[in-house]
Amino acid sequence: MLQKYAALRQAHAQLCEAAGDPFAVSFDRMLSPTEAMQGDRMVTLFGSNNYLGLTFDRDCVDAAAEAARAHGTGTTGSRIANGTYALHAALEAQVARFLGRRAAMVFTTGYQANLGALSALAGRDDDLLLDADGHASIYDGARLSAAQVTRFRHNDPDDLYRRLKLLAARPDRAAAGQQLIVVEGIYSMLGDLAPLREIAAVKRETGAWLLVDEAHSLGVLGERGRGLAELAGVEEDVDYVLGTFSKSLGSIGGFLAGNDPDFGLLRVTSRAYMFTASLPPSVVASVSRALDVLEARPGLRSALTRNAERLYGALSRLGFALGPMPSPIVSVRMPDPATASAFWNGLFGAGIYVNLALPPATPGSQSLLRTSVTAAHTASQVDRLVDAMAAIGQDLAVIPGGGIRQAAE
Amino acid sequence: MTSDDPIIERIASLARSMNGKQMNFEGDITADTDVVRDLKLDSLASMDFIMAVETEFDTLIPVDSMADIRTVGDLAALLRSQSAKAA
Ligand SMILES: Cc1ncc(COP(=O)(O)O)c(C=O)c1O
Repeated sequence: MLQKYAALRQAHAQLCEAAGDPFAVSFDRMLSPTEAMQGDRMVTLFGSNNYLGLTFDRDCVDAAAEAARAHGTGTTGSRIANGTYALHAALEAQVARFLGRRAAMVFTTGYQANLGALSALAGRDDDLLLDADGHASIYDGARLSAAQVTRFRHNDPDDLYRRLKLLAARPDRAAAGQQLIVVEGIYSMLGDLAPLREIAAVKRETGAWLLVDEAHSLGVLGERGRGLAELAGVEEDVDYVLGTFSKSLGSIGGFLAGNDPDFGLLRVTSRAYMFTASLPPSVVASVSRALDVLEARPGLRSALTRNAERLYGALSRLGFALGPMPSPIVSVRMPDPATASAFWNGLFGAGIYVNLALPPATPGSQSLLRTSVTAAHTASQVDRLVDAMAAIGQDLAVIPGGGIRQAAE
Repeated sequence: MTSDDPIIERIASLARSMNGKQMNFEGDITADTDVVRDLKLDSLASMDFIMAVETEFDTLIPVDSMADIRTVGDLAALLRSQSAKAA
């Protein structure tokens, strides 16, 4: 069965030869949101999505433990069977209130939220317009829908507009069909933001609908942490907000929120909602508490922004090629996969974990070292990452200055 | 060598402009060139190539029609039938 992956197996084997397998790292014990033990060595984490550093928040941990004791370890059933507890409904109301939306529904993961939302929202006569750099879950959700899928150039509202016009001019255009644009708040690979104001303008002009996946921007962007739509001042234009509890809220789960009076219909049309077990009570409780913390402590967002700017500024001064703008995701462009994995191994050897992102999982077939900061990182942890990257970057001639270093050795 | 068919030549020149970046192939592109196998495209790169073709020909290629496209000649035929329909 697996013969078709021969080329992949070879690439993977080559990657692992250099040192360990970067895609099979395992930590023995987590010490904090930013540190883990691997055997008897400590690793500093710069490759998580723990943006607010809430995974060890005392209140969230206590809430999870109490809920497990009070309600059990799991629900053992789907939301439309035995798996809806008062806790689930309360979390949905809390998410809706936080986002200023009429209704919200909760999924078991963010991945399933995209599968469930896109396949239920877009039907046979509809069109889905997806940003070219969209997350795999968006593309998989689109494949599960019966809709026609059109990709537009990453972060290019003019290209989106042009394609919507082409769709409108189709001779065989189904009169009843509607168009749903899907973009993300912060793109997970390069950390760039969508030009949401311009996209909202295209949406208004063409009469399309708009869904924003705020997976990486919830709790990160906007005065109140509602995401890019809040920051860009276009929440009115966003018909559906989608997101995950697995990043800034430090747990797991996904959600979809909107103002449609018939929103509740999605609960009986969304297969990824109906045909899977609901979130365990401990998770629901910690997410709910994390949302409270997010609202009560805006200082977490400023600490996050400070760390992001510190890292982005330092790496760009060193001459690294980075993503287009500072954000908690700071990706460093590598010349090729071999250099990227050598760089990754150098950092890991120095006790620093970052994400290695290689084609075909990356936009434009680039090789990337994806680093990310949290509100919990200290300035000296960030500086240690910068120093290690400077040294390895010079050794591997990714940035200038290696010759001098080598000559001195 | 260039093709006599202007549509195939436009597709070929597009592929050459992406070569070395998102794709990696040697040799000429003809009507018989297999889009995925000969141009050595991974899943994302083949979607990028189709998007570039859409831009070049100012059209859209529905994903469900992709199942019928194996060669550059198939792609050219689809583009030709689309422009016939639009005209
Ligand atoms: C944009 C986007 N959407 C959805 C997801 C899926 O979320 P989850 O990991 O919670 O399933 C992710 C991240 O994995 C993502 O980056």
